[in-house]
This record gives sequence, C-alpha cells and structure tokens, in this order.
Amino acid sequence: MTALSDPDNWVAEHGDYLYRYAMMRVRDPAVAEDLVQETFLAALKAQGSFSGKSSEKTWLVGILKHKLIDQVYRARNGMQVEDIALIADNFADRFDESGHWRAEIAQWSDPDLALEKDEFWRVFEACVERLPPKMARLFLLKEMDGLSGEELCKALDISTTNNVWVMLSRARLRLRDCLEANWFTGRGSGET
Amino acid sequence: MTSCKEVSDLLSTSLDTRLPVSRRIGLRFHLLLCKMCSRYQQQLKFLHRAATMYTERAPRPGDAGVVLTADAAQRLTQKIRESR
Repeated sequence: MTALSDPDNWVAEHGDYLYRYAMMRVRDPAVAEDLVQETFLAALKAQGSFSGKSSEKTWLVGILKHKLIDQVYRARNGMQVEDIALIADNFADRFDESGHWRAEIAQWSDPDLALEKDEFWRVFEACVERLPPKMARLFLLKEMDGLSGEELCKALDISTTNNVWVMLSRARLRLRDCLEANWFTGRGSGET
Repeated sequence: MTSCKEVSDLLSTSLDTRLPVSRRIGLRFHLLLCKMCSRYQQQLKFLHRAATMYTERAPRPGDAGVVLTADAAQRLTQKIRESR
C-alpha cells in the first residue's frame, strides 16, 4: 500500500505528463490546462478513495480520462461532418472496380527502428493531427484510452458500433498513407 | 473470394473486436494468397503498436508545446493550494 504524496507536489510531479496526455487529444493548450486543473481538483476531493492499489500517476490519469470523455461529449456538437461522407472519403479511390488495391502496398524497411527515433514520433503526431478531427478523436480514444465500441458511439455520437469500426479502419488507412509518404518513403524529412 | 477492399476493413476491425468465424476464415484464406493485404496487415499491427507506445512515452524536452509553461504550472499550483 502506498499513500498519496503531498498535493503541493502534484504539479511538479505529474503536471507535464497529464498536460501532454490531454494535449494529445484536445490539441488546445487552454482546454488541456483546464482538463489538468479539473483533474487535480477532482483528485483533491477524492483523496479518500485512493486505495493505493495503483500508482498515484495511474490514479490521476484515470481521473483525467473521465474528464476527457466529458470534454469530448461536450464538444461533439461542434463536429458537423457527416459520418457517412467521412467514411466514404478517399476510400473508393484506393481500390479498382474489382476491389483490388490500385497502388502497391510497399514493404516498409525496418519499421521497429523508427519507434526509437524522436523524429518519427513528430511525424506520427503530425499525421494524427492531419486526420479529420472526428477521426483523430476516435483513433485516440480507442488506441490510447481503450474505450469500447459502445462508449465510442456515445462519446462521439456515432449511430452504430459497426460505423465506429469502419471509421477506425479509414483512419488507420490514412495514417498508414501519411506515415509512408512522410517517413518510410519520404526520407523522414517531414511535411509534404 | 473476399476483395482487398473488404479485407482492409476486416483487418482493421479484427484489431478492435472478434470477427465472426466465417469472416475469419475468408480473411485467412485471402491473406494466404495476397501479398499486398499481408503487408497491409503488418502495417496496421505496427500502427497499433506505435499508438500504444505513444501513450506510454514520457514527455521529453524536445517535445515543444507539450510541457506546461511556467505560468501554467504556477496557475495550477495556486488552484490546488486554494482548494485544499
């Protein structure tokens, strides 16, 4: 069992981590700071519920995740893109009439090496940012926060879990194309 | 036979949820014969792995814009003090 540390040290200890966690999803410094603040204030109130089974950081991230889902839910009315259009966009061009890939899916050389390079992560981040906002949120909530299909439907106002999976598939295809263009064949030099 | 177009969605969805047996059989059969979709599968798995690593990566000094500014840290510290 571990106890919580002095809240006076929370900002120094966890501030950057939580802020970065929030920034990766909301991409707005002011909103991210608000989320971190809400997290700390909620944590102060909930100190008694800390069981010590997880680390302090994990516990704080857990609270931040709830704040993030609330935030996505509050912001979703601002997202007017039709899901169907989003799903169809760009996709049909990738395949010919008989459903074969139009352009070759090239072999990537040593993808695991990329994971060790800081420059790769900047390209990765830029590629996520280039996704349509709703797709980016969906991808991050799924891959980083591990939300279920039902939770994703609710948070992003998508009609069926099937549409969630299809939209995720299209997000991954775009990300894959972006990484290929800007890292795996683009000599790692960044923007097009 | 399942087309590459359908397979691209099935490969992605198989990362998220369990596919029905009939779909899984069609997928496996297609992958045996299709080099492009096999590569695509590897790349989706890589993407999945990268996203997981991205979550766990701690902030680094070079990550511009993703650390709290001194002012922001000050504001947060102040808020915590006020609320205690």
